[in-house]
Amino acid sequence: MNNIYINTKNNDIEPDEDVKSSSGRGWAKLKRNKAALMGGIFLLIYIGCALGAPILFRGDPSAPNLMDSLSPPCAKYFLGTDELGRSILGRILYGSRVSLMIAVGVVGVGLLFGVPIGLISGYYRGKTDFIIQRFTDMMLAFPGFLLALALVAILGVGLENTVISIGISMVPLYIRLVRGCVLTIREEVYVEAARAIGTKDRHIILRHILPNVLAPITVQTSLGMGTAILFAAGLGFLGIGVQPPTPEWGSMLGSARAYMMGKPHVATFPGIAIFLAVLSFNLLGDGLRDAFDPRSKI
Amino acid sequence: MKVTSDPLLSIKGLKTSFHTHDGTITAVDGVDFDVFAGETLGLVGESGCGKSVTALSVLRLLNPSMTTIQGRVDFNGKNLLDLDPEEMRMIRGSTISMIFQEPMTSLNPILTVGEQIAESLRLHEKLDNKKAWEKAIHMLEIVQIPSPEIRAGQYPHKLSGGMRQRVMIAMALSCNPCLIFADEPTTALDVTIQAQIIRLLEHLKKGSNTSIVLITHDLGVVAQMASRVVVMYAGRVVEEAPVVELFHDARHPYTRGLLKSIPVITQDKKTRLNEIPGIVPNLLYMPKGCSFHPRCSEAMDICKKESPPMIHLKKNRRVSCWLTSDDYGEN
Amino acid sequence: MLNFLLKRLLAIIPVLLGITLLLFFMLRMLPGDPAQVLAGQMASPADVEIIRVQMGLDKPVYIQYASFLNRLVHLDLGVSARTQNPVIEEIWAKLPNTVLLALCAITLACAFGIPAGVIAAVRPYSWVDYLVTIASLFGISMPVFWLGIMLMIVFSITLQWLPAGGIGTWKHLVLPSVTLAAFVVAFIARMTRSCMLEVLSQDYVTTARSKGLKEKAIIIKHALKNALIPIITVVGLQFGLLLGGAVLTETVFAWPGLGRLIVDSILARDYAMIQGSILIFGLLYTLVNLVVDLTYAFVDPRIRYE
Repeated sequence: MNNIYINTKNNDIEPDEDVKSSSGRGWAKLKRNKAALMGGIFLLIYIGCALGAPILFRGDPSAPNLMDSLSPPCAKYFLGTDELGRSILGRILYGSRVSLMIAVGVVGVGLLFGVPIGLISGYYRGKTDFIIQRFTDMMLAFPGFLLALALVAILGVGLENTVISIGISMVPLYIRLVRGCVLTIREEVYVEAARAIGTKDRHIILRHILPNVLAPITVQTSLGMGTAILFAAGLGFLGIGVQPPTPEWGSMLGSARAYMMGKPHVATFPGIAIFLAVLSFNLLGDGLRDAFDPRSKI
Repeated sequence: MKVTSDPLLSIKGLKTSFHTHDGTITAVDGVDFDVFAGETLGLVGESGCGKSVTALSVLRLLNPSMTTIQGRVDFNGKNLLDLDPEEMRMIRGSTISMIFQEPMTSLNPILTVGEQIAESLRLHEKLDNKKAWEKAIHMLEIVQIPSPEIRAGQYPHKLSGGMRQRVMIAMALSCNPCLIFADEPTTALDVTIQAQIIRLLEHLKKGSNTSIVLITHDLGVVAQMASRVVVMYAGRVVEEAPVVELFHDARHPYTRGLLKSIPVITQDKKTRLNEIPGIVPNLLYMPKGCSFHPRCSEAMDICKKESPPMIHLKKNRRVSCWLTSDDYGEN
Repeated sequence: MLNFLLKRLLAIIPVLLGITLLLFFMLRMLPGDPAQVLAGQMASPADVEIIRVQMGLDKPVYIQYASFLNRLVHLDLGVSARTQNPVIEEIWAKLPNTVLLALCAITLACAFGIPAGVIAAVRPYSWVDYLVTIASLFGISMPVFWLGIMLMIVFSITLQWLPAGGIGTWKHLVLPSVTLAAFVVAFIARMTRSCMLEVLSQDYVTTARSKGLKEKAIIIKHALKNALIPIITVVGLQFGLLLGGAVLTETVFAWPGLGRLIVDSILARDYAMIQGSILIFGLLYTLVNLVVDLTYAFVDPRIRYE
């Protein structure tokens, strides 16, 4: 036991449990984590851009203005214009709405299906669990992006289908995550005690198990939003995601490819936008994990 | 057993602190003791009292970026704490070695046990692969592992706990060290296996001049093996005595408490096993005065205010308690 | 060992069945007549009828599935509506390019990711560690296709060191592999770091130190070898991401692989081809996971002897 002292690298020596509660420690750790703080600030700016797009940019980001096409950054167009003479800044600002909508939608789909199915699978085990697990195995037999691609091939292109496709491709991940947690938690003494005094299953799941799964779910949600934005941008880039003229970062990059030769700015800025948005979710997700779910990796 | 006057190892004012997010924790606070050639010294205390950390500090096995070690550790005329890391590394495993508590986790799961013994032989004794392997098998034989040729080629998960602890002992002995720190060598084992390991250690001890520092919370083991005992509490030495005197005339209330809490087989079933009330203090929130006073049935006012001085009663006999200072204060 | 191998091989069967089931129902989830879908929109009613009979689409579903499986076993994936060539031939022509690209990328990723992670873990909270941590965070946050475009702008258009796209010499391989590896290298470095940190705090590492071993020997022989077990798993999982990334990278660099094939097929609604290439991707991924399991056994004696 005393060898634990060597592990001070990643295990703090815990003071008495009652001195600080574990979630209190979590918040304290989160506040100390500069990376998570930065992620939070980026995220606020990002949400601000999405909400404030009409104020920050006056005019229609999709209206072409061929006179000014492919203008480099200048006083009138801060980030230049694309091949149709539309302000890249405006399209990026409005694009943040689209990507945020996608991120929320995708994670919404993932949570909506993944969490209840995972809870049931882990709590009841037996046949239900077996069938659900084979189903997730089947879906996980495909790499995530390809699964989304296959679903798009079936459902077709467009914003809604992008959200549904990526969302469904993430469901098995949530099922796995939640089920794994439930399997350990359901063996805890307090759950057994609740069962012993005849508490209803529904009550046990909602009151005793769900709260303990929240930490990993939160972490996964933050990281999942980053992935959702990347996937959606990827589909947009390939021309099978959100369709123009809707300002979507990935499809902006897709059409910019033709003008790489002389006008690198057209491709540069939307990419930076994607990068920063994804980075903010990843930073925050990492911070949340370090603070609330320290045992897990990646 | 010959005990020379010059100590083999002399620890003076050893103080080890860990830097954590919640503050600095002093796990060992001013520990002094000597180890003489050929003797077995018992280092006794509850878990968390700093006895393992003392051993790890002497061998400098603690992560230097998280810990500060102060004081002196004289060994063979050198202060180990002043050696450069390379010199220290050459001492580890050759002249001073260590046996760890957890045989289940202390062996590397993906190397054969023979290799784990042979690698220190290749390093310190400069043996070639073949000779090192042969010596490793020989070491397994010495620690009484049956069919050592086969066992040497096996991975730790194939071996029982007792067997693994024998491998640990073989590893520690392989380069003929002058000093071995045995950190709770039997704690993780079944009672019957414990007895076997103790017998083995005693047997090995007889044929050599190696000193052993036996770190344990088990006074039974101490009675069987050690000649002298140092008792630690909350990072400090509270009492030192030759083993017989300790069992007959313990001075510190903590030592007396420990002695009372040894179960006796012949004890009447109705009498309850004594225990020391309370728990070891949190090292972040040490009580003022004598660190034992909150648990001490004989605590006085002064115990709450000032920590007691170390009183040397005679050679190898000292105690740090205000009760004692009342009796011997004038001397 | 043999037991383990057999178990792993048997475990693949339900996964393969799952993949085929998913693909089988994929076409039936589409609105409209599957025969028409398979034949393509330009096909004449007579062609559609031929497909219908050929594929047994006029028979009950379970017989359809059985004949679907039967055709799969005979490597008959149908005919591309776009090119009128057998799907399997098209895939066969493109598969080696994707495998080459993926192998180059994964090799690059391991060659840089594992050492970076080890160095970061050995000196936690040092500047090297921060550098690796930040670089890998950037790596996983960067869209692959954007990185590809940026590399192309710098190295092909501006500096003109490397070709911007296509296939041929080793020079053509550099930018796509680097692009594809960037994401994975970040993941591997992060995973290596956290696994190494955990392993380095294990009791047996302290034992190794107490034996006076050199720090290098401790890190490589005692720690990294143990950490490799989870790292290999991650590398296997990353291979999935890599295949996904290949779709994008191949598009950026006009690399004639499976990824581009699948995108072109989706854009052309060439469903037989979509089905075929997704099947091959699934098989490829399953195969990689099998290799990972076998590597496991190779590294970990506890599995080898069970």
